[in-house]
Amino acid sequence: MSWTRREALLGLGGIPILGAVWWAGAAGTVGKKRARNAILETLNIQPSLPAAVQGIGGEPVKLGIIGFGIRGEQLCRSLGYATDEWIAAMEEEAALAREEGRPFTALEDFHNQEPLNIRIVGVCDIFDVRAEKAIRSFSDEEVRVKRYATHQEMIASGEVEAVVIATPDHWHAPMAMEALRNNVHVYVEKPMTHTLSETYELREVARNSRAVLQVGHQHRQTLSFKTARDIVDKGILGHVSLITTNTNRNDDNGAWNYDIHPDASPDTIDWSQFLGNAPEIPFNKNHFFRWRKWWAYGSGLSGDLLTHDYDRLNCVLGMGIPSSVMASGGIYTHRDGRNVPDVFQANMEFPDFNTRGSQPSGKAKGMTFVYSATLGNGLSRPTMLMGHDGSMELGNQLTVWPDGRSTRYAEMLESGKMEPQSPIYHYNPAATALDGVSSATSQYFADKGLMWTYIDGKRVDSTFLHMREWLSAIRNGGEVSCGIQEGFEEAISAHMAGLSWKLGRRIEWDREAQRVVPIEGVDLDAALCYSPPGIGQFAPDLVG
Amino acid sequence: MSHLQMNRRLGGALVLLRILIGWHFLYEGIVKLYNPDWTSFGYLASAQGPFKEVFASLASDSLLPWVDTLNWLALVFVGITLILGIFEKAGAIAGMGLLALYYLAHPSLPGLTQLNTEGSYWLVNKNLIELAACWILFLQPTGQLFGLNRVFVKTTSKTELS
Repeated sequence: MSWTRREALLGLGGIPILGAVWWAGAAGTVGKKRARNAILETLNIQPSLPAAVQGIGGEPVKLGIIGFGIRGEQLCRSLGYATDEWIAAMEEEAALAREEGRPFTALEDFHNQEPLNIRIVGVCDIFDVRAEKAIRSFSDEEVRVKRYATHQEMIASGEVEAVVIATPDHWHAPMAMEALRNNVHVYVEKPMTHTLSETYELREVARNSRAVLQVGHQHRQTLSFKTARDIVDKGILGHVSLITTNTNRNDDNGAWNYDIHPDASPDTIDWSQFLGNAPEIPFNKNHFFRWRKWWAYGSGLSGDLLTHDYDRLNCVLGMGIPSSVMASGGIYTHRDGRNVPDVFQANMEFPDFNTRGSQPSGKAKGMTFVYSATLGNGLSRPTMLMGHDGSMELGNQLTVWPDGRSTRYAEMLESGKMEPQSPIYHYNPAATALDGVSSATSQYFADKGLMWTYIDGKRVDSTFLHMREWLSAIRNGGEVSCGIQEGFEEAISAHMAGLSWKLGRRIEWDREAQRVVPIEGVDLDAALCYSPPGIGQFAPDLVG
Repeated sequence: MSHLQMNRRLGGALVLLRILIGWHFLYEGIVKLYNPDWTSFGYLASAQGPFKEVFASLASDSLLPWVDTLNWLALVFVGITLILGIFEKAGAIAGMGLLALYYLAHPSLPGLTQLNTEGSYWLVNKNLIELAACWILFLQPTGQLFGLNRVFVKTTSKTELS
């Protein structure tokens, strides 16, 4: 073979092609990355890392559980205690999921959870079946879980250092106050209270107690929310004038029609203790298991779900209590005897709220927070923060878009470096996680970042982190994420929304007096708790 | 095939096919190599069809970095061999292997939702077609027509290929 130019071309011709393709691929990829880095450098967003929590040293913290229903069981799992029944059910579910080839990780996640230095030593539940289930599942050779007939007995026993309160709303404050007065630490579910006066009183009691109070808004541990705070603080969105948050659910469980246990009867349930300060009525299983549907015990959408959305935004923005609230809605999707609305909208006004803006000082000030909910449609509507310079979708992931008329990004928009329809920032801490979620309701919470967060791409139950923070503060001192002030703001805001719906008028907050502005001739607490006859007759199966 | 008299046009067409497939593989590999954020996680985790379990297990924390590295290495290897026209049989085999994996992870079976595809397919998709094309390249190497093999292997029967 002679070495001619033709031969060289045919033999080595592939080399320049190889070089060209290599160069094009490398230059394109690196160039895109550089452009993205330039935008990220301009934005300077710091994705949050989890805060270091000091270990819970010494003897295990002795815990008492008050209320061992659906939420009580969930909280115990976050503490590392699952009932035998739940483990069996999850094993069954996991087997089914394997068969159907879909991921299901609930049991695995539970077993992989870091153990907390605690010991559940007591339970207080007025339904025998539930109390016995806790005793059976959580007792071992060393400790037999003790049942207490009342929360007062448990708190006074001196055998529990801390209590977890997961009861109907009307019991939250009386129990929390009893514990705090006795310097027993408290983890209380949301809403923190059931009335305005309880909220004012609980704040005083908590301030004067040596015990640590944590309100159960576990999403404060969600990493994306901490990053969202950095985004807002750095003025990336400009002045935020409108926030929309939503609840959409479309199933019986999501509308609080929980299963009614076949063994429920006046013999197995301490009915008068359940009623507490609620109006005296004869034994009623529907009210006992589905108490969220009546104002006498629960707070409907305002206390149950608005509180999540309000607190998640309060944790990002720190906007505090609205100066006024107007709400509307009705019982439109579940005419099953309930008296709390199932379609509910609340507009909260924050006229003094201000985020750093790109516009002349004094031009923009104030914000409206809109909460919109229906229990009759399951479309997932995102939580949006709308600012002059950008919009942000807030959930377990964050996405930021520049606004087409932004002042801050005008130059980059004009030069084509940014486009209004293309996100300039996306934060997905779950990028390498594979999830298995079980029900529509848990998916609803998961999407909002209410159920778990991601650390190094691993899914972590945010309730676990919230509990761990509380237990660490008990042993080592320090602050908790959702203490009395955060709980106070959450409860007042929720009660203002509930009152507005019930009274059909604007409810105002007096920041100086730290009280809801009185309305002549109206007892606000009585109005809030007033539990009129429910709407409609249709009742789902009583025994589920 | 061994006695096939390659005419110039067929030989040229096969060279073109080889270069195009090599180009495709190389570019896919390079883009992944230069993008540290790239991962096959989504592709594996969303796998469908009879082998979904196998692919989903490759997306585990311990295996994923290996899978990602091997993937771009194999892509670049196929790209280099086919473009340069050397070790093209090995390149064609490796390409067929990769394409078979891509096809099995997201097969175009009736009833499955097609993910990230720009066309409509029933059983046959572009991966499968490219796989068949690689088979032709394996059976009929053309590195002696155009490629480094021409430099390394001295032969007089330039137009009569194995």
